[in-house]
Amino acid sequence: MDTAFTEHRTREPAGGLATIVDDFSADQRAFRNVSWGKAMMWIFLLSDTFIFGTFLIGYMAARMSTTEPWPNASEVFALEIAGRHLPLILIAIMTFVLISSSGTMAMAVNCGYRRQRRATAALLVATAILGATFVGMQAFEWTKLIGEGVRPWGNPWGAAQFGSAFFMITGFHGTHVTIGVIFLLAIARKVIRGDFDHGRPGFFTGRRGRYEAVEIMGLYWHFVDLVWVFIFAFFYLW
Amino acid sequence: MSEIAHNDAAHHIVVKAHPIRLYLVVWAWLFVLSAFSYLVDYFHLTGALRYTLILTFMMLKAGLIVAVFMHMAWERLALVYAILVPIGAILAFVAAMAIEADYTLLTRLAFFSEGQS
Repeated sequence: MDTAFTEHRTREPAGGLATIVDDFSADQRAFRNVSWGKAMMWIFLLSDTFIFGTFLIGYMAARMSTTEPWPNASEVFALEIAGRHLPLILIAIMTFVLISSSGTMAMAVNCGYRRQRRATAALLVATAILGATFVGMQAFEWTKLIGEGVRPWGNPWGAAQFGSAFFMITGFHGTHVTIGVIFLLAIARKVIRGDFDHGRPGFFTGRRGRYEAVEIMGLYWHFVDLVWVFIFAFFYLW
Repeated sequence: MSEIAHNDAAHHIVVKAHPIRLYLVVWAWLFVLSAFSYLVDYFHLTGALRYTLILTFMMLKAGLIVAVFMHMAWERLALVYAILVPIGAILAFVAAMAIEADYTLLTRLAFFSEGQS
């Protein structure tokens, strides 16, 4: 068995399309040096891409087909700060906060593989705090818009579909961020307890804990940031 | 099993070898690109220039996040293609719905204006 595998690997093509064909036609596993946990997270994220993709497509279809003028996001999300009128400023700050959380997450993954337990946990907690800050600002934004009369069935500025698209898309994204914060704190707890240093099995599984859990957590968190990149471009800037 | 362990370890070694500086540089670039996106709105750019810039900055940011932060650049091609190719279906869906929405708008304009006159 082992020798057959070794023999197979020596015949492995150099790269490119041949590698893909070879991997997918493998008798044992297609994603050869990818653990099941990571492969499953990627496949989940692909399915989530379809969910957010259909939301944004629905928004596009509603916006393109309405005869009413679409509310100007630049003005709807403007704020007065220190007497200055700044268009879209809250959304810009939220974008920077979420990008920063992705930065701390990427460093947490790196520290995890270096087995720096304390640094990894600290960076995960920092990521969770930035994520919670983002959700807080989103709650503020929702409160402000609801106060101004935005509803899923109408708003004071134009096309009625603006409200339903806004609440649906940002609501689903905010839910993802909230779940991510909980996920981050759960992983941070495992890291600081030393689960991944001692290979302590998780609650639902007999498999030994590894620092790869931090990378898989990171995939989810970066995806949340990735979705925001598209929401920012299509909903707020377009 | 030893094969799996060996391959996992290989990925860890690659990722571990990245200096923290790589992530800080990407972080800085994401900040700069986001600032550029915001400036597109701040300076009230309009028309084709606005849409081109928004899409360019969006794709650059998405590319950096997926390639570096999510380590896609260092994954095996079989996984990269398994994830990226199905996204083409979304683009096809976008095209189909854009045509459909255009048609809906045309019929609304035709019927609504007729009803009002």
